[in-house]
Amino acid sequence: MSEGVALYPYLVLGALLFTCGVICMATKRNAIGVLIGVELVLNGSNINFVAFSQYNPDFQVEGMIFALFVIVMAAGEAAVALAIVLNFYNNHSTVDVDSAEELKG
Amino acid sequence: MFDAEMFMFWLIASLTGLCAIATVITQNIVRSATWLLFTLAGTSSIFFLLGADFVGAIQLLIYVGGTMVLVVFGVMLTAQGPFVNMRTSGAEWAISIVAGLMLLGVLCFGLTSFQNLPTGEALAKAKDAHTKQRKANDPKTSTHASTIGQALSGVGYGPIYKRMPPLPPTKDAKGNLVTLPGVPRETERIHYLLPFEIVSVHLLVVLIGAAYLARAKRRRGGKA
Repeated sequence: MSEGVALYPYLVLGALLFTCGVICMATKRNAIGVLIGVELVLNGSNINFVAFSQYNPDFQVEGMIFALFVIVMAAGEAAVALAIVLNFYNNHSTVDVDSAEELKG
Repeated sequence: MFDAEMFMFWLIASLTGLCAIATVITQNIVRSATWLLFTLAGTSSIFFLLGADFVGAIQLLIYVGGTMVLVVFGVMLTAQGPFVNMRTSGAEWAISIVAGLMLLGVLCFGLTSFQNLPTGEALAKAKDAHTKQRKANDPKTSTHASTIGQALSGVGYGPIYKRMPPLPPTKDAKGNLVTLPGVPRETERIHYLLPFEIVSVHLLVVLIGAAYLARAKRRRGGKA
């Protein structure tokens, strides 16, 4: 194969974004930082979906449609999560996730 | 030979990856959100490079336009000072980075052991066919926005997968065998109408839920 990019670099990029998102979720203490990590994870999966849709002929439309569904889900998830964060901030005057321990068993 | 696609891919991919890493290691949440903005824009560039124009445009519109504005508003509404730092301790960083590198290693190892993919000539052939389809603008096979719209609206796309079997020959009044034209054949194409409807209802629920959760009920300063 002489021209073009193979599939693997795209998948590695998706894996890199996924890992960055997981580390972001684990290390950030700001609730919005955790949300940013979730967005990174979803973007990594989206890169995988679209890359597969372009490189696998049987998956041409499905990959894009799943990517669109993921984007819509991410938008909804961001809205609900930010609403929860705002509510939490109204009650506790902080967005530090370490102080959210009322549901601790 | 200078390969423009290869060059663009490595340029965009390295920028996107660096922005993602910067998103993680920045302590300031506003800067983190800004790096996320660049990461999302880079992802949409990757989509454009892959030929998924519609998804790339939607990524720009919804993610970069909508979700980022939401996140930045969240940062603004919850900031306790202009530069709030919630530091993560060094030990936590070390554990997270070790765990993250191990996860990345496992993922990359999983990629290399993934067999069921076209490689080499088959891949080149598939890409060639794909490019031809995109150039031909055939709505049945190309990955245009119209194809995605057909798939989502229930019209369906691609070949017709199921047909009713043709009616068996029957005898008419004179006893001759005739093949009736029969009922119209039932066609069934792949479509994603049900997930589309579910997503619509999901968005409505999200709208109501977010409005309910974030309603103006000031109870700042601890308890009630």
